[in-house]
Amino acid sequence: MPRFTPARIRARVEHWLFRIGAPEQAPIRLGQRRIYVLPTPAGLVFAAALVTMLIASINYGLSLGYMLAFLLASAGITSIVHAFRNLLHLEIAPARATPVFCGEAAEFRLRINNARAERRPALRLRARGANTAFDAAAASATEIVLACRTTRRGLLELGRTVLETTWPLGLIRAWSVFVPDIDCIVYPAPEHHPPPLPAEGAGNEGGTRSSIRGDDDFAGLRPTQPSDSPRHIAWKSLARGGPMLTKQFSASTGGAHVFDWAALPPALEDEARLSRLTAWILAADAAGRPFSLRLPGAEIDIGRGPGHVHACCRLLALHGQVRVDHG
Amino acid sequence: MAKLLRGRRSTVTPPAPPPRRDVGLWLVVTAALTLAPHAAYLPPWIAALCTALLIWRTAALLRQHRSLPAAILLLMAVGAGFAVRQHFGHFFGQEPGVALLALLLCLKLFELRTLRDVRVAVMLSFFLQLGLFFDNETLPVAALALAGALCALACLVAAEDAHSHTRERLRTAGVLLAQSLPLMAVLFLLFPRIPAPLWGLPADANSASSGLSDAMSPGSISSLGLSEEIAFRVEFLGAVPEPRLRYWRGPVLTEFDGRTWRPIARPTRDQPGYQLTGPRIDYRMTLEPHGQRWLLALDFPGADLAQVRYTPEFQAVLRAPLRDRTQFALTAHPGARVGLQDGGPLLEAALQLPPGNARSRALARELAGDTPNAERTIARTLDYLRGGHFLYTLEPPLLKQDFIDEFLFDTRQGYCEHFSAAFVFLLRAAGVPARVVAGYQGGELNPFDGTLIVRQSDAHAWAEAWIADKGWVRVDPTAAVAPSRISGESAARSATGGALPLMMQTRLDWLRQLRLRWEAVSHGWDLWVLGYNSERQADLLRRLGLSQTDWTVLAGVGSLAGLAFFALLFIWAQWRSNPADALDRAWGRFCGKLAKAGVPRHPFEGPLDYCTRAGAARPAERERIDRISRTYARLRYGRDCPPDQLRALQHDIDSLRIK
Repeated sequence: MPRFTPARIRARVEHWLFRIGAPEQAPIRLGQRRIYVLPTPAGLVFAAALVTMLIASINYGLSLGYMLAFLLASAGITSIVHAFRNLLHLEIAPARATPVFCGEAAEFRLRINNARAERRPALRLRARGANTAFDAAAASATEIVLACRTTRRGLLELGRTVLETTWPLGLIRAWSVFVPDIDCIVYPAPEHHPPPLPAEGAGNEGGTRSSIRGDDDFAGLRPTQPSDSPRHIAWKSLARGGPMLTKQFSASTGGAHVFDWAALPPALEDEARLSRLTAWILAADAAGRPFSLRLPGAEIDIGRGPGHVHACCRLLALHGQVRVDHG
Repeated sequence: MAKLLRGRRSTVTPPAPPPRRDVGLWLVVTAALTLAPHAAYLPPWIAALCTALLIWRTAALLRQHRSLPAAILLLMAVGAGFAVRQHFGHFFGQEPGVALLALLLCLKLFELRTLRDVRVAVMLSFFLQLGLFFDNETLPVAALALAGALCALACLVAAEDAHSHTRERLRTAGVLLAQSLPLMAVLFLLFPRIPAPLWGLPADANSASSGLSDAMSPGSISSLGLSEEIAFRVEFLGAVPEPRLRYWRGPVLTEFDGRTWRPIARPTRDQPGYQLTGPRIDYRMTLEPHGQRWLLALDFPGADLAQVRYTPEFQAVLRAPLRDRTQFALTAHPGARVGLQDGGPLLEAALQLPPGNARSRALARELAGDTPNAERTIARTLDYLRGGHFLYTLEPPLLKQDFIDEFLFDTRQGYCEHFSAAFVFLLRAAGVPARVVAGYQGGELNPFDGTLIVRQSDAHAWAEAWIADKGWVRVDPTAAVAPSRISGESAARSATGGALPLMMQTRLDWLRQLRLRWEAVSHGWDLWVLGYNSERQADLLRRLGLSQTDWTVLAGVGSLAGLAFFALLFIWAQWRSNPADALDRAWGRFCGKLAKAGVPRHPFEGPLDYCTRAGAARPAERERIDRISRTYARLRYGRDCPPDQLRALQHDIDSLRIK
């Protein structure tokens, strides 16, 4: 890797300038030393306009012209303090980020706590190319969602985040840079048209039923357990006033699917394998079938339900990744 | 999971929304406020066009119509440019500039697609507010410009902050402006003032000036407009001289062609040609620009006055025409005897008469008698005017030929110009050298700041006659006919027939008081705001103890003051709203209350231990003390400190009463 790419230099400079380090433990408090202030392009144009006004005043000897130019200049300068104060003493705490599939927007949630008894208007949060404008209501915490594009599976850290404002006049930009301790698991993108689920592996009830196809092969009712999928609840009997029962299907009682990395065609690349496995997991989950997952060096036993799906997808997401993505 | 799958194609960055309708309305209000005072100075068609555009835009905004296409707007802007060029004949200069800016601002309001458009419109407003001062720098216009600036800043706030209310935006802009005032004052006082224009002023600068004219033709106008405009203001350093001494000398009119009186150009000198004797009056005069060289000094101006030169006719004149409101420190010697040594061409010019006016000549001969004596002739001429049933009026009939004859024998109605002209004519015809002096007489004393205000309506003409051994003597023939005109009772003037402006009528005394009060304020404004120039700046710095006042000193002092002010603002930003400190302060108050009740906290005691002890000592309040301490401990040592809980704790502590 070349040592001095522009991106690396920029990262270095920023690191030094803004003291960006490892993700910070919550909550991040914006003190005076980490708020930066510079004029916006509009501010520079404003300054140029004021100089023009001043020159006109000098030339025509307009005392009031001096006054107006100075008043506006002072307002511009005073707005520095206002912009600065709009960020001062804000607290940023990472809330949570729900896992997403690659290609979906990862929604990072941050809590912005405004202790002041005044509204802080026109704040903007930027990270990873995403951008949210919001107001922090007086004396309360606001949850902000940053929807970032995902392009690869794995653990996505929010990373360098900027909170900025150009309030009140748009002439001055005050901003602060920080790295909140928040990340999002990005599952591999499921394959679009995956092949049918592999044949069920040997179940604990013998292989005889494995040839019986059909998920909707109704096999009877049993009392509902909390882990049951809602789609299998016998709503009709419940509506008739009966107890809450779960429909049982012959196939679901049969053997579980085994999604095995090693069983996939050898020509398939790693990422494609992960995508296919993910698609299968989703399909099996949708069908309410139990499944197990086998990856090189890791294995998840037969199971069903959201927790199981999450564990499997997480394993797929982090497959082969030693360290998190530092984008 | 299903939810995640469904939301797969969520947009990541929404495009910036266009400026909203309320911003547009804000801008319309700003433009209207900015352009309204311009209406009096813009060509009527531009003012009308701007009004129409603003109304159209408001209607379009209220009905939520879309902006006009860019091509049409561009076409309109180019058209406006051509029209302005056509109207003024040139493109550069303040008048076409302001006109063009006004049109551009109105057109810009139709094109508000992005935040940038809003800012451009706001900048245009700022320029136009400055442009206002080319024409008018009075206090009300300044107030209007300030209101416009406030509105324009509120526009910027509205563009930034979509979710605020009108009042909130105005408040933000107001706070911003209020906090900017000290810095503005520092800049205004200390920014180095450059006295001369940076480059040649266009011909249209300072085009407006009014006042005395240097020619007088009594009888050629049928009514004298009484302008209430202020000609100059005077502050006397000592006692205010009596009204009969308040003659402010303007042009001396010696030449007479039968119709018009004119001054004779004479070389000026560095020093007056008379002896300064008698009491001396010191005063400061703030002269409005009149575009002429005369100073209108009180008779007779003292020697060695800065910037002043002297004519042989005892007039104080400036080296260059007066273009700006200027203050002069002057002295006067009312008792000085002037013109004792005058003779030759000066007196000959004061005797010259054109042919005509035979009846007047005959009258003059009769008044002079057989043995000519200047003083007796003057007295008899005055007597004649006093006893001749003359009427002082500001609306005299027109005179056609032989003006003096017609006035003296036919109409017998006139004002100071008629009387002085006729009087001088009679004296000359009787062989006494005489001339007309134009200027101002009297003035109104403002009780609120003690200044004497002299208005255009105080313009006056009187006569001067030369008497051997006495020199030039002032004679006011108008006083013979209308003594009240001279005695300073302006109210009495209404009795002489002239209609007085509403503000001057005695019936409305309170209105007059109000007007005088206002003029006192505006005099201060003129003096301290508009008249603040490099000399005043140097004066101020001298008083501050800075004798050397080059721009480096100014810049140094200015930056120091600016920095100090900025530091104050910065401290203000830091102060307040530190919740940790608020928590500590609340806890301090709580401990203070308990200490007063006899249970002071030991330095080593934590909140929970302290509350156990305090609760035991004050069982009646035990529950409350317990609650407060626990809340405090949780907020102080817990993960975070929610503001609502902090406030609840503060409230709890503040309402705690321990008996």
